[in-house]
Amino acid sequence: MIAEKSQTAQKIIDSISASAQKVNFISGNEVEEAFTYLENKGIPNAKHEEYKYCNFDGILKKEFKNFYQKFTEVAASEIKKYKLNEAINLVVLNGNYNEALSDKIIVKGITIKNLQNFSGNNLTPIASIAKSNTDAFVAFSNAFSGNGIYLEVENANVIPMPVQIIYVNCALEDSWVSPRSFVHLQKNAELTLTERFVNIGKAKVFSNFLSEKLIEENAKLISYTIQQEGSLTYSVNTNQVHLKSNSVYDNTTITLSGQVVRNNHHAVLIGENSVAHLNGLFFTGGTQLVDNHTLMDHQVPNCESNELYKGVVNDKSTGVFNGKIFVRKDAQKTNAFQSSKNILLSDDGAINAKPQLEIYANDVKCSHGTSTGKIDDAALFYLKARGIGDASAKKLLLRAFANEVIDKIEIESLKEEIETELNTSF
Amino acid sequence: MISIKNLHASVNGKEILKGINLEIKAGEIHAIMGPNGSGKSTLSSVLAGKEDYEVTEGEVFFNGKNLLEMSPEDRAREGLFLAFQYPIEIPGVSNINFLKTAINEIRSYKGQEPIEAKDFLALVKEKQKLVELDAKLTNRSVNEGFSGGEKKRNEIFQMAMLEPTFAILDETDSGLDIDALKIVANGVNKLKTNNNAFMVITHYQRLLDYIVPDFVHILYNGKIVKSGTKELALELEAKGYDEIKSKFETI
Ligand SMILES: Nc1ncnc2c1ncn2[C@@H]1O[C@H](COP(=O)(O)OP(=O)(O)OP(=O)(O)O)[C@@H](O)[C@H]1O
Ligand SMILES: [Mg+2]
Repeated sequence: MIAEKSQTAQKIIDSISASAQKVNFISGNEVEEAFTYLENKGIPNAKHEEYKYCNFDGILKKEFKNFYQKFTEVAASEIKKYKLNEAINLVVLNGNYNEALSDKIIVKGITIKNLQNFSGNNLTPIASIAKSNTDAFVAFSNAFSGNGIYLEVENANVIPMPVQIIYVNCALEDSWVSPRSFVHLQKNAELTLTERFVNIGKAKVFSNFLSEKLIEENAKLISYTIQQEGSLTYSVNTNQVHLKSNSVYDNTTITLSGQVVRNNHHAVLIGENSVAHLNGLFFTGGTQLVDNHTLMDHQVPNCESNELYKGVVNDKSTGVFNGKIFVRKDAQKTNAFQSSKNILLSDDGAINAKPQLEIYANDVKCSHGTSTGKIDDAALFYLKARGIGDASAKKLLLRAFANEVIDKIEIESLKEEIETELNTSF
Repeated sequence: MISIKNLHASVNGKEILKGINLEIKAGEIHAIMGPNGSGKSTLSSVLAGKEDYEVTEGEVFFNGKNLLEMSPEDRAREGLFLAFQYPIEIPGVSNINFLKTAINEIRSYKGQEPIEAKDFLALVKEKQKLVELDAKLTNRSVNEGFSGGEKKRNEIFQMAMLEPTFAILDETDSGLDIDALKIVANGVNKLKTNNNAFMVITHYQRLLDYIVPDFVHILYNGKIVKSGTKELALELEAKGYDEIKSKFETI
């Protein structure tokens, strides 16, 4: 199917092309491909199967009169509350790594760079994983992302404290931004990484985030994604992760806010005996839309993947989970499990949860389960019959529901913060 | 304590309670017996405030207040307790957190301060001992993976923690082994004072050897068809329900 190229896309591309600087840390070919893709296909609308519930073409047309890049600096004091005490905190402000706002790197084995540092280098790793011809928002990033952060953990370094990257946007007028990261764990390296997304400005932001993560042999990346960009942010967040043999990737994505949040989270198991875990928790209200699309791509034998996504949907909001598991022809002895559980609190909310298994190998163990329901009336009555009021009883049950995901967070202060956040929202 | 007058209740348009009259005073233990499906659990659920049941006629006063107008949580806060025939499992909610929330909501209803952490723990210890509940169980999620008997014992533990003035025990004895039965009965007897009352639903005379009732009522087809003293239970044990069934056969 040839998608009609939308006017919105053209408008964005024109206005952005006029202002955006040329991306020079990605190979010229890849950048060219990105423009070709966008010229031909545009920004996806509801006719696009992958964006059925997330018509970004329509959303951007409706919500943005202009696509500026009018951002402002922020003071360290405005960011302080997002920092984690036990972590090394790095700040990417309006798409640029900001050393002044970031903590000093006090441990050995970590290299931080601006993506722009890769300019003129033909061997740039940037966009070696995220290919322009696969998706409009990858193409968008490859075409327009001005900068970003590169984080490398050197061979056999086990980083003793977590690193947090805080992506802060602060726009003065309706703006777009395309922050980007490349996280590279060399062989036998280990890192716990939190990526947190906040918008502290008073104007609307379209944020197209892209992260590539390359996990080499025997390396282990524990990663947390905390999304709290508020009602003025419309975001697409793409994570493309390549796992080499015996490596581990363990991500937990908590979506606390964001008017429209689309997550494309892909784990590609390219080395044997690698293990990927994708967990997620979202709770939505108002007219929010949170759309999680995950992909576990088993390309080689003897790998394991595990997925648990939970959603609580209230008011007129919409929650989407689409979990694709690909088991390629050669990926024998794959173990792949997926579970998506959702609670609908209102009559006007909607949940679309769909597992999508494509299995081409014959000796595999795969299972999936999806459930969507209301709060359990029998449990609610049991609590009330002990004197617990309606609101507290619901809170107890929702917290119990969410705990299965929250318990995956091993950074104590982060876990407490999320718990407090949930207590005020339920 | 509690006064039930001409209580009718239906579920999905089907009438199940067809005019119950019952008066329970402080310091009394009433046993309710009756064949399966006669409406015993329905009566407990209606008293506890389960929304599935529609009260079509009659009234219930609890310590002078109109019980049927209260929310389930307010009934509990006023001192009513139901030990469920089938206790619900609630994964992810710890017993301890659950009980602490319950106690504090009841206290706040009465205008009292939240319980001190150390007082709460002392209370847990004391009551665990009373019903000989394994301490490990209190740290687990509410009833999750509990055996049938453990669930029943947990109901009595909760009752001991909340110290209600009127407790309904819906077949708490079924599923209990002899030792557990004695422990539960002993717990009830220790909790019993002149200021509280119990309604004990059971199929077996055996429980009534340990919890000696002041009155025994037979519920049949939504009505109390016979009331007497503890000898009535012995009589039932010997003769079964045949006589009652033939006498009150529905037309
Ligand atoms: N939610 C419901 N929907 C339909 N019928 C119901 C419902 N609840 C109870 N009933 C019916 O009402 C009648 C009384 O049920 P109840 O559970 O009160 O009996 P019981 O006396 O407690 O029986 P048992 O001794 O087996 O526990 C039964 O015929 C039952 O099927
Ligand atoms: Mg019953």
